[in-house]
Amino acid sequence: MPVVSVVVPSVLRPLVQDAGSVRVELPGQGTVTVGQVLGSLAGSHPLLGRRLRDETGALRRHVNVYLGPDEVRRLQGLDTPVPDGAELLIIQSVAGG
Amino acid sequence: MPSTDSRTTLPPLVEPAAELTREELERYSRHVIIPEIGSEGQRRLKNARVLVIGAGGLGAPALLYLAAAGVGTLGVVDDDVVELSNLQRQVIHTVDRVGLPKAESAALAVADLNPLVTVVQHRIRLDNSNAVELFSQYDLILDGTDNFETRYLVNDAAAIAGKPYVWGSIFRFDGQVSVFWEKHGPTYRDLYPEAPPAGSVPSCGEGGVFGMLCAAVGSLMVSEAIKLVTGVGRSLLGRVALFDALGGSWREINVLKDPEAQPITELSDYAAFCGVLPQEETTAEPEAADDTVTAGQLATMLAARDAGLRDFVLVDVRETGERDIVAIPGSVLIPQGRILAGEAWDELPREREIVFHCKGGTRSANVLAAARREGYTKVSHLEGGVMAWVRDVEPEKPVY
Repeated sequence: MPVVSVVVPSVLRPLVQDAGSVRVELPGQGTVTVGQVLGSLAGSHPLLGRRLRDETGALRRHVNVYLGPDEVRRLQGLDTPVPDGAELLIIQSVAGG
Repeated sequence: MPSTDSRTTLPPLVEPAAELTREELERYSRHVIIPEIGSEGQRRLKNARVLVIGAGGLGAPALLYLAAAGVGTLGVVDDDVVELSNLQRQVIHTVDRVGLPKAESAALAVADLNPLVTVVQHRIRLDNSNAVELFSQYDLILDGTDNFETRYLVNDAAAIAGKPYVWGSIFRFDGQVSVFWEKHGPTYRDLYPEAPPAGSVPSCGEGGVFGMLCAAVGSLMVSEAIKLVTGVGRSLLGRVALFDALGGSWREINVLKDPEAQPITELSDYAAFCGVLPQEETTAEPEAADDTVTAGQLATMLAARDAGLRDFVLVDVRETGERDIVAIPGSVLIPQGRILAGEAWDELPREREIVFHCKGGTRSANVLAAARREGYTKVSHLEGGVMAWVRDVEPEKPVY
């Protein structure tokens, strides 16, 4: 079962019981995609899911998801393969100064 | 002096001044003896004109370090005054300067630290009418503002003026820093093409900020500024440094220029872009008097409710931490972000009268408008929020 950890920024942590990261286990074998990880995350944390993706399932434009240092939109979007054990980093725009 | 890493090395932004005085050599000696800075780098700093937007959480440490480093001219844009609640993190201000304009307080602090620096106070609110012209007078801009509208304005005005800018942003324990320069790399719009929906992300005033985070992020912003002025090192242009103060860790992510993005050629309506209601729609106008209650009226309503003579729900739309400082007895908490995201309508009975309140009346006005759009009819909000309540009803309670 592939396992991916999703790192959540503090602005979204209230939606995941204040956890800094969420471990997502996916059924089956082999490679999973960013979309599958976020889908599973939305299943366990529906409010977070709605903040990350719109009604059509597309990533919201003010939310960025990174695999390593790269934003997944610049890779293969939600189809980007995520290796077992990898970390997905969610970044949300904040404006505090 | 050339850097060994050419990937993001940029030419020095500023030509060197003719010479350093004896006093300057002594004052800046710890920089001058670093080979990468040297006398030439220090003379570039002496000639540099750097504009800092916001003398707040990020601007405060940034201005102190820029002044200490010997940047010749510092512009300070801020139209606010120093408040007691600033002093937890805005280390450039002091108790005896509470009530003074922040730009003036910053100028006094810089003069104390380094009288060789010229400070230009811009006690204005940055807007479409002044941003490009102001930026044109400086070599480099530091963006430490506190709202999305101004951040997109800074980005676009810097692009139009052809200037690089160092961007830093903070919330609670998280900080983000980058350099944007349309001429040579990505801009803020490549990182975040859109602002989050208005009200979905609390500001530092609503959600709080870890004071020391300001120093970490503000000083990194100055590091980038000094590197740009002197042309040393590898710029954060094209990368964002992320600091998690709670985890004690830094990360780095890449930002690429969006190949399909249109060049920025004009300023736009940033309030509309960020989904912020125009002021006249968020404040109570006389014709909307039914929509608002005063603190005194609310006190009467609550007394009637306690006596069983009236039924309504008082909903506090602030954040949990704000409520820990001061709350109106008999209110229930549902933060505005949950309501505006549509997550809380089930908790708000349509058949009962509802009064919303926040700290000062802006958030509750937004929630009121959203409730009306959702079909609620018996809704109103507290004019002036809990601050008006404390002023008029329970003056012994704390403000923030």
